[in-house]
Amino acid sequence: MTGSPGAPADILRPDALRGSEIIGEIKKAGVEFVVALPDIVTSDGLLWPISRDPELRLLRICREDEGVAICAAMSYNDTRALLMMQQTGLMDSLNAVRAIGMDYLLPVVMMVGLQGKEEDLVPEESASYGVRITRPVLDAMGVSHSMVSGQGDAVGISRHIDRAYRQSRPHIFLIGKSPVAS
Amino acid sequence: MKRDLALQVLKDEVEPRDIVVAVYQALFDWMAINPRDLNYMSTGAMGLGSSHGLGLALANPDRRVLVLDGDGSLLMSMGSLATIGAAAPANYYHFVFSNGVYEVNGSHPVPGGGSVDFARIAQSCGYRSVMSSTSLNHFRDEIAGFVSRPGPALADLKVEPGEPYSRDYPYIHSAEARARFRSALNSN
Repeated sequence: MTGSPGAPADILRPDALRGSEIIGEIKKAGVEFVVALPDIVTSDGLLWPISRDPELRLLRICREDEGVAICAAMSYNDTRALLMMQQTGLMDSLNAVRAIGMDYLLPVVMMVGLQGKEEDLVPEESASYGVRITRPVLDAMGVSHSMVSGQGDAVGISRHIDRAYRQSRPHIFLIGKSPVAS
Repeated sequence: MKRDLALQVLKDEVEPRDIVVAVYQALFDWMAINPRDLNYMSTGAMGLGSSHGLGLALANPDRRVLVLDGDGSLLMSMGSLATIGAAAPANYYHFVFSNGVYEVNGSHPVPGGGSVDFARIAQSCGYRSVMSSTSLNHFRDEIAGFVSRPGPALADLKVEPGEPYSRDYPYIHSAEARARFRSALNSN
């Protein structure tokens, strides 16, 4: 099944990834700013709802590496932020992740939509080269990451964000399936 | 105007609680002219000074943030002007030291030959206040008013190198530099 974001059929599925749960976890972790470029995987289920949420401050940016710098700078007085982008943008921002997140050991937390990933395949089996290489590239860089593909995965988001800020290290959530807008 | 002389003028306008984000040769000059713990120097990748400044300005609305940028650096991230203009932090002051070259990388010319009008671009991106200056006397006359008006504001300064200040790369990328900044930011 390859439901479109927010489709009613998806809402009925027990494994549906609900945007409201992810947003709840983001807030639970104390995130104040969401810094974002649009991503088709998370657009309907996350970014549009976030844009209407008065408890989160959305900052729209022009390039992904801007967001790495913004989130890192905010962390100096413990202001928490989440950086959202598409996997194509992740590749574009890796030098900033390398320099600011890894060399400087700063807590840049990112949520990356795996645009092009098939729902029934793990990323490394995808027909999309960009999707296939994402986790190996992050592993090679030593960047912590976790998959968010089903309902149960959302539960750990606040814990990962807390840990990233507590340990002052980057963490990247890879969104493998479009969250439903619920 | 000589860059270091312009920075000497700017030094007199910097208040103790201000955050100063500086990049490359402007940073090395500033470290010699006005060393202070609230100098933010670990910008990591070239072209991101303006974005670090934006993050600091939004997270610290009770402080002014002064970004000492270079034309080569800003050209790498021109979109940040639109981001900053849209976010519109009133405490953000952006100084572009335009020398027309990538000075720390061999002084090769930047595209545009130093003719890019950053002030007009910033204005069209939503900066509330802009100025351009080619002479030290003009900059000295304008600076107090410039930093007293609400930001975001951008000053495009046509400069040439001044004294050859040393380039301490290990320190600007050091954990010590970041720790000193963090401590200063959270202690006053």
